[in-house]
Amino acid sequence: MTGAIRPPQAHGSAGLTGAAAAPAGQPALAVASSGLTKRFRGGQVAVDHIDLAVPRGSVYGFLGPNGSGKTTTIRMLLGLAFPTSGRAELLGVPMPAGAIRALPRVGSLVEGPGFYPFLSGQDNLARCDAADRTADPRTAAARIGEALDRVGLLAAAGKRYRHYSLGMKQRLAIAASLLRPRELIVLDEPTNGLDPQGTREVRGLIRRIAASGITVFVSSHLLSEVEQVCSHVGVMRSGRLVFQGPLTELRRTRATRIRVETAEPERAAEVLRRLRLPGPQIAGNEVSAQLAGQQPEQICAELVAAAVGIRGLGVVTPSLEELFMALTGEGFDIDD
Amino acid sequence: MTESSVAGSSVPGPAAGRLATCPAAAGTGPAGRPTVAGQASAGPVRAWLRFFRSELRLVFGRRRNQALLAVVAVFPLVIGIGLRLAIQPGSAGGPDGVAFIGQLAGNGIFLGFIALTLLLVLVMPLAVAVAAGDSIAGEAGYGTLRYLLAVPAGRVRLLTVKYAVNVVFALAVTFGVTAVALATGAALFPIGPVTLLSGTTVPLAGGIIRLLFVALYVAAAMSSLGAIGMAISTLTEHAIGAIAALTVLVVGSEIADNVPQFAAIHPYLPTHWWNSFDALLRVPIDTGSLLRGLLSFGLYLLLSGAIAWTRFTTADVTS
Repeated sequence: MTGAIRPPQAHGSAGLTGAAAAPAGQPALAVASSGLTKRFRGGQVAVDHIDLAVPRGSVYGFLGPNGSGKTTTIRMLLGLAFPTSGRAELLGVPMPAGAIRALPRVGSLVEGPGFYPFLSGQDNLARCDAADRTADPRTAAARIGEALDRVGLLAAAGKRYRHYSLGMKQRLAIAASLLRPRELIVLDEPTNGLDPQGTREVRGLIRRIAASGITVFVSSHLLSEVEQVCSHVGVMRSGRLVFQGPLTELRRTRATRIRVETAEPERAAEVLRRLRLPGPQIAGNEVSAQLAGQQPEQICAELVAAAVGIRGLGVVTPSLEELFMALTGEGFDIDD
Repeated sequence: MTESSVAGSSVPGPAAGRLATCPAAAGTGPAGRPTVAGQASAGPVRAWLRFFRSELRLVFGRRRNQALLAVVAVFPLVIGIGLRLAIQPGSAGGPDGVAFIGQLAGNGIFLGFIALTLLLVLVMPLAVAVAAGDSIAGEAGYGTLRYLLAVPAGRVRLLTVKYAVNVVFALAVTFGVTAVALATGAALFPIGPVTLLSGTTVPLAGGIIRLLFVALYVAAAMSSLGAIGMAISTLTEHAIGAIAALTVLVVGSEIADNVPQFAAIHPYLPTHWWNSFDALLRVPIDTGSLLRGLLSFGLYLLLSGAIAWTRFTTADVTS
């Protein structure tokens, strides 16, 4: 799939996030970028003119294989790295110039957890909170307890970080991002290195965070790990954003096909062609074509009427994983 | 503080239509104005002090640093015992080659000056190097730097907090050495009115005050070294690299300072003025060399601060 689906440019005079279109003066987009580019000193372009548009309230899956520029993008969004060119906004505030204004409203996990191994989980969170000039020290203890509780680490609060399991470390990082009420949570590969149980826990956490109205921007190299929680996806390939939109739209981009298993593939294909089904294909004893809105029952009847012996008949929609692989160019290409 | 202002808003559903032009997607966000609960009413100074206290706890609560301070503090004790075995109180003789050694036999307070002189060669700079070299590079190494910046701690604010704690660490090292040396000297040697290097005798209290000023001067030297260490620390993700680089700088500077052919650059070496504190042990006090020393420390602080600021506010954090 080479034809990239890009959203129309939303930014006009109101800025990247299109504040004019949003209710109550809030920008419609939690994350927005325009032509965001990062070229490393060696000349390698890690991020190539990407135009992100993450609607408020969405769970946005930022997908792509390792090395496709996801983390570099996130670093630029959070003001850790400076873009070579292009603009980025978080919650309507330009980055990195507005980091001090925007970031207190943004929780983040970037490239794995990072804590002091010699401090307990609780003390690590206290350290994060003390660094925040806008956090209220009087409520720190309560907020830290609440954040630990939300990720299920209350029992291990006093344990040193170095004795935490990988899953606990990951959850502590999420707790740090929840230390204060946030409008946006950025999670970079939150399931990296986790076992299936840990992955499920993180997914549950993302669901709960999103349910409280917080926009979640979550990156992953595995679509399957986030597809259950995402409402929107952006797909990166070699530094470019090759797809962006609601997950439902991504699903729509792959047409549903009818597949006929038969000993007479040529004759079956003839029937499908006569019914003007697009993209008929023959592969061994299998004939397939796009359904294009026609009723499979009708097609079946036509096949029977044409006296084509049918061994099996099915309607197949490609899995998201197959779509994703087609977009990112990994693995084998499925028929197109 | 509660999160009630965000709880209870609608669960985001899949939005119809294209992203950027989709008002429905925007409507799925928090219903009310985002909460700003947790915003402290206290000013930036109190917030800075809170961060500073957290940094103090981090540095001084760390066992490695505690062990380092303890080891440094043991040196004056060992030196005192060693010198007590080598020389007899009241006798004129003793091992040569150590400044103030002749005076020590007559007055234990001189152990303070001896310890500072000896430990300034390597032990104290090394301790300061560990703390300073660790300051930014250590955070980068743990991966905590990106989280501090994402908090956001503020890059310049983080530098100021880090440096302030480096200064406290330099003070702790210097006054730790001085206090242990003074106590050891008082225990092992006679104590009384102090005969200065210029031959004048001042009361014990006056001698101790002079020792305190010497310690302050040395602390200023160590704070300046800490600034250099922090500048180096912004250039790397490996604390050990920054610590080693600063140690090499100290030793290299001391070697250059002892090569007569380099006399022209001696006044500009970072270590050159460290031992000028003996001016405080003369009457009248040679304020000229002391002030030039303090000027040197100040210039190195400014230069290092400029390097650290330039580097840290423009560099990508990739750790």
